[in-house]
Amino acid sequence: MDIVYTIWLRNMKRYLRSKSRIVGSLGMPLFFLLVLGFGLNSVVRIPGAGQGYMGFIVPGIVSMSVLFTSVFSGIQIIWDKQFGFLKETLVAPVSRLEIMFGQTLGGATTAFIQGFIILALSLFMGLNVTSVPGFLVASVFMVLIGLSFTAFGIAIASKMEDMHGFQLIMNFVIFPIFGLSGALFPIDSLPSWLRSLTLLDPLTYGVEGIRYGLSGTSQVNPFFGFVVLAGFTVFMVVVGATLFRRIDV
Amino acid sequence: MFAIEVENLTKNFNGFVAVDNVSFSIESGEIFGLLGPNGAGKTTTISMLATLLRPTSGSALVNGFELTKRDDDIRKSIGIVFQDQSLDEELTAYENMDFHGRLYRISKTVRQQKIVELLKLVELEEKKNDIVKTFSGGMRRRLEIARGLLHEPKVLFLDEPTLGLDPQTRNHIWEYIENLNKEKGITIILTTHYMDEADRLCDRVAIMDKGKLIASETPEKLKEEIGGDVITITSSEREELYAKLKTLSWVKHVEPHDGFVTINLENAERHVAEIANLSATNGIEIDSISIRKPTLEDVFLHFTGRTIREGEASSKDHMRMIHRMGRR
Ligand SMILES: Nc1ncnc2c1ncn2[C@@H]1O[C@H](COP(=O)(O)OP(=O)(O)OP(=O)(O)O)[C@@H](O)[C@H]1O
Ligand SMILES: [Mg+2]
Repeated sequence: MDIVYTIWLRNMKRYLRSKSRIVGSLGMPLFFLLVLGFGLNSVVRIPGAGQGYMGFIVPGIVSMSVLFTSVFSGIQIIWDKQFGFLKETLVAPVSRLEIMFGQTLGGATTAFIQGFIILALSLFMGLNVTSVPGFLVASVFMVLIGLSFTAFGIAIASKMEDMHGFQLIMNFVIFPIFGLSGALFPIDSLPSWLRSLTLLDPLTYGVEGIRYGLSGTSQVNPFFGFVVLAGFTVFMVVVGATLFRRIDV
Repeated sequence: MFAIEVENLTKNFNGFVAVDNVSFSIESGEIFGLLGPNGAGKTTTISMLATLLRPTSGSALVNGFELTKRDDDIRKSIGIVFQDQSLDEELTAYENMDFHGRLYRISKTVRQQKIVELLKLVELEEKKNDIVKTFSGGMRRRLEIARGLLHEPKVLFLDEPTLGLDPQTRNHIWEYIENLNKEKGITIILTTHYMDEADRLCDRVAIMDKGKLIASETPEKLKEEIGGDVITITSSEREELYAKLKTLSWVKHVEPHDGFVTINLENAERHVAEIANLSATNGIEIDSISIRKPTLEDVFLHFTGRTIREGEASSKDHMRMIHRMGRR
């Protein structure tokens, strides 16, 4: 546990020290929130959503922030590889599983903080959090998104030699995952073939879970969503750990 | 007592043999040098001994623990300073040390005390709260050495400890290495392609070339082996000169190089005049003649037929080195 904590601690230190990165990675979600939220608030009516379109997409943008930050944290392993720091960790008498867990927890924590900042900021834009338990429910889903996608990033990083492939992963994996997730639109209003596609996207369950927590309504049963997302998290951590064990330096 | 015993160690990278059936042993308390040009297989050998690379075949004992079977015990008992930098640039010197100490499960009080002590040793105490990004190459190297010592390893691997550093810093690091070895009794294995570094520091050296170990002895013995003195003659007509010199009975060995010829012989002073005469009568122009005792450089030349610089001509490796130094 102390090793997991050590790796986590390093991640926290690096995160808190990089003010520009914190602010920078808030940029895009905030932009989405402002433009879509205010831009479409008066035009779009979502059936069953109490707080208008703004209230509807806040959970989506929070998930976006958590998703991007966590994938990015996981992929940071590539930099550690390139800048040689990974060797220092791998030559120590610790198991790779501990290193991987520490990295996953570290990434999930930073991702959660980023998501939380968005959530806090949207309170100023008219979001009402209905209850403390609701907020806790949303937090659980944020943590799960953070854990699973950091592990996903680690899995990718274990297979990649350098950052060249990063753009590819962003464009062909991460953006589709975000786009298909129902972060920006209600999945119930989709044609049925597209709807089944969104139900294959693990992020959908995260978004809907957060939505349930914050607004009390969702289009997927939150308990079912929790089970799916938790399962996906376990799966990703296993895959990430397996690939990370085989990493060569 | 041996700190390290290596038997027929081999590493094959998809058909390319980087380390070829290498055997040697290192006594406890020795400073042992692994010499060789770029691509000789030094880093690969060290990576295997440090458990980072799995050998293709062969076996080794590190501090009495068998490689691949007792890797965790080996890891606890060795320290390593990698050829390429391996610090976290975003953390301070102290935090880099602290991270290491935690990884090796050193208790908090011991850790705090040792970090300060070691930072003092490498004269970085005042910089301990500075971010590593602001450090010079020499400071980073010293920090890495200090870090490698934090868990009190019995054996310390130093892969090219002074590559790319200025002469003053190199001298400084040499002194640290000598002190560590003398005062703490740490066995040191260092790789280098600076022959003067090996000559100055090492009790014994092994010369490696193209994955093979070609000699393993004390620097003195190695130099004795090639014997006598070395005369270096620079001349634009080295072919003719070489042909003439080869016929002389007192010449033990002649070797033509790019723009110069080296001769191994006994009592060089007595023969210099003769060489000058010989060239004059044959109309061979000589630019300069120098006499010296053989260095490890000559030993390397003797064993491989190349100077170490000729040996590292491959431009790809050269690029690697520039790249590496640029990152410092
Ligand atoms: N992971 C790898 N895959 C394939 N070939 C490799 C790998 N690592 C090293 N090699 C090759 O093995 C040979 C020995 O490399 P090594 O790094 O051990 O040399 P070295 O003696 O340390 O050289 P240098 O002085 O440049 O550090 C080189 O030709 C190198 O290209
Ligand atoms: Mg090397």
